[in-house]
Amino acid sequence: MRQARGLVEVLAPVLLVGAVALFGTAVSTSTQTYVITALVNVAIVAALYVFIGNSGVLSFGHISFVAVGAWAAGILSMPVAEKPAIMPNLAGFLRHTTVGNAPSLAVAAGVGAAYALVVGLPLMRLSGLAAGIATFGVLEITHNVLRYWERIGPGLNTFSAVPETTGLGQAAVGALIAVVVAFLYQRSRYGRMLRATREDAAAARAVGVSVYGQRLIAFTLSGALAGLAGGLYVHLLPVNTEVLYLDLTFITLAMLVIGGATSLWGAVVGAVAISAVDSFLAEAQNGVHVLGGTLDLPSGTRIIVVGALMAFVLIVRPAGLTGGREIRLPRAFARNVLTKFSA
Amino acid sequence: MTVDWQTIADAFGLGGIYALMAVGIGLVFGVLRLVNFAYGQLVMAGAYALAFAYTHGWPVWIGILLCFGVVVVLSLAMDVVVFRPLRAHSPAVMLVATFAVAFLLQSIALLWFGPLGKIAASLSSLNQPWIIGGVDIRKISIVSAAVAAGCLLALVLLLGRTKVGLHMRAAALDFQTARLLGVRANRVIASAVLVSGLLAAIVAVMLTVQSPLVTPDFALRDTILVLAGVVLGGMNRLVSATLGGFAIGFASGFLGGALPTNQSQYLPSFLFAAVIVVLLIRPRGLFARGGQQAVERV
Repeated sequence: MRQARGLVEVLAPVLLVGAVALFGTAVSTSTQTYVITALVNVAIVAALYVFIGNSGVLSFGHISFVAVGAWAAGILSMPVAEKPAIMPNLAGFLRHTTVGNAPSLAVAAGVGAAYALVVGLPLMRLSGLAAGIATFGVLEITHNVLRYWERIGPGLNTFSAVPETTGLGQAAVGALIAVVVAFLYQRSRYGRMLRATREDAAAARAVGVSVYGQRLIAFTLSGALAGLAGGLYVHLLPVNTEVLYLDLTFITLAMLVIGGATSLWGAVVGAVAISAVDSFLAEAQNGVHVLGGTLDLPSGTRIIVVGALMAFVLIVRPAGLTGGREIRLPRAFARNVLTKFSA
Repeated sequence: MTVDWQTIADAFGLGGIYALMAVGIGLVFGVLRLVNFAYGQLVMAGAYALAFAYTHGWPVWIGILLCFGVVVVLSLAMDVVVFRPLRAHSPAVMLVATFAVAFLLQSIALLWFGPLGKIAASLSSLNQPWIIGGVDIRKISIVSAAVAAGCLLALVLLLGRTKVGLHMRAAALDFQTARLLGVRANRVIASAVLVSGLLAAIVAVMLTVQSPLVTPDFALRDTILVLAGVVLGGMNRLVSATLGGFAIGFASGFLGGALPTNQSQYLPSFLFAAVIVVLLIRPRGLFARGGQQAVERV
């Protein structure tokens, strides 16, 4: 019975991601771009969920792990011939090295994890507001350094000439990896111990759980997933420091909170739902046909509607669309069918 | 590093403005336990009101009145629409909600006024220097430091000598007990929000003199720095929050003026690194009083 329930918990988000990807194969190329972006967003929000959802500690710093992942993958996979034009001051070793798509993504995940570990070593001692401001500081410092330090990247320039390998397939695989890793983590003993600290830190400590250690593990793991998502991002479109900054921090956090921050199902639903609304409105600005009529919104309404929607959902349903719970099958069905399978 | 009197006066002026913003954020935090990330957007709205008055050629005092009106109405509306329904929820939800409000207001400004920005230069004569003892000092640096000092004095009187102030202090100390003893929750919160809105309007006037180009992200950087400063100083007491705001404003104004450009571009990194170090060593804040409740550390 318990295993069956776990199966449902992982299948539902996986199927949702799969459905989004399938939808992507059926639509026009321009719409497909929205679907790919949505899948990358799922990966980022799943990364956020691993730390924020399980620990209950707010982090504004995760987009800096996305950014270092994007930097690592972008620098390493750009063709050597293109590098001098875009990154004239690049350090020697980076200037002559180019790796393929898959290794660059692996390096992105590794760099994200390493950076999160280094940052987390001192910062995971903080809780509450202090943690929020300190992680915000990490975002500011990372943004500032990547923006001006031209030895390690393009600085103010944009990452053009990076091979655009993140198509529908790669984005879907990346999102699935993030979702499955997040699920496996939350079912592992480490995930359970961290959630125990979220519910009652004193009680968890009393039974021998190290709050600091568990938070550090989750922070590093979510840094790896965020770095991977950054790698996907830089292979999707030419990014620069401004793309991976406040707006992305805000919109991904809002996806997590709106979906329901304490469940993986909530994280995936939030990412898909907000991405869908955002893409629909972006299209509606060019005029779309809905239910027999034509909807043509003035340009710029999209960001306002998304912002207002976020504020509205937060006020009306602060626990998120899913209420922060994992998905469950209806009781009768679960009793009659699933018990037979798992017996 | 070149230090002159102008740099020091500028640093004092910026420190004064940041101190006022810190008070505005700290007052609301005191009664609501809510960190208002959208505070900068109140300042931005006020700055747009000033720009609106300037482009229509209205006199300065009408522009300032309009600025005060817009900011106060907006902050009271924010209280009714956003803060009130969320009062019972966790600080994290409230912080993300004010994040959403900030984003919303910024997008409205972007749609309404465009990304290029409007000019609000009706008080630009304050950028001219005064010559004091043979040293040139911009008027606005002295004016902002003086206005900040005046506002803080008025606030001390309001909090210390009036009934509303007493209620606000009681509510900041222990909201439940204060309510049991007859303090009206909605009124005390509304007055804190009102005072914080008035301060935002004053900050808008000062900041538009310093940088007359009003864009949708006007005051955003300042708000982020002030929030860091408030936590740096210590959020639980208004005095320590104000000192933290002043300190980060002074440091950013001073180092920004004194360092050459190729070093000052990394200024945000140094400031936030300092903030992180302080948070690790003294998580309750630099100027917080030691004692009663220790902040939870893991």
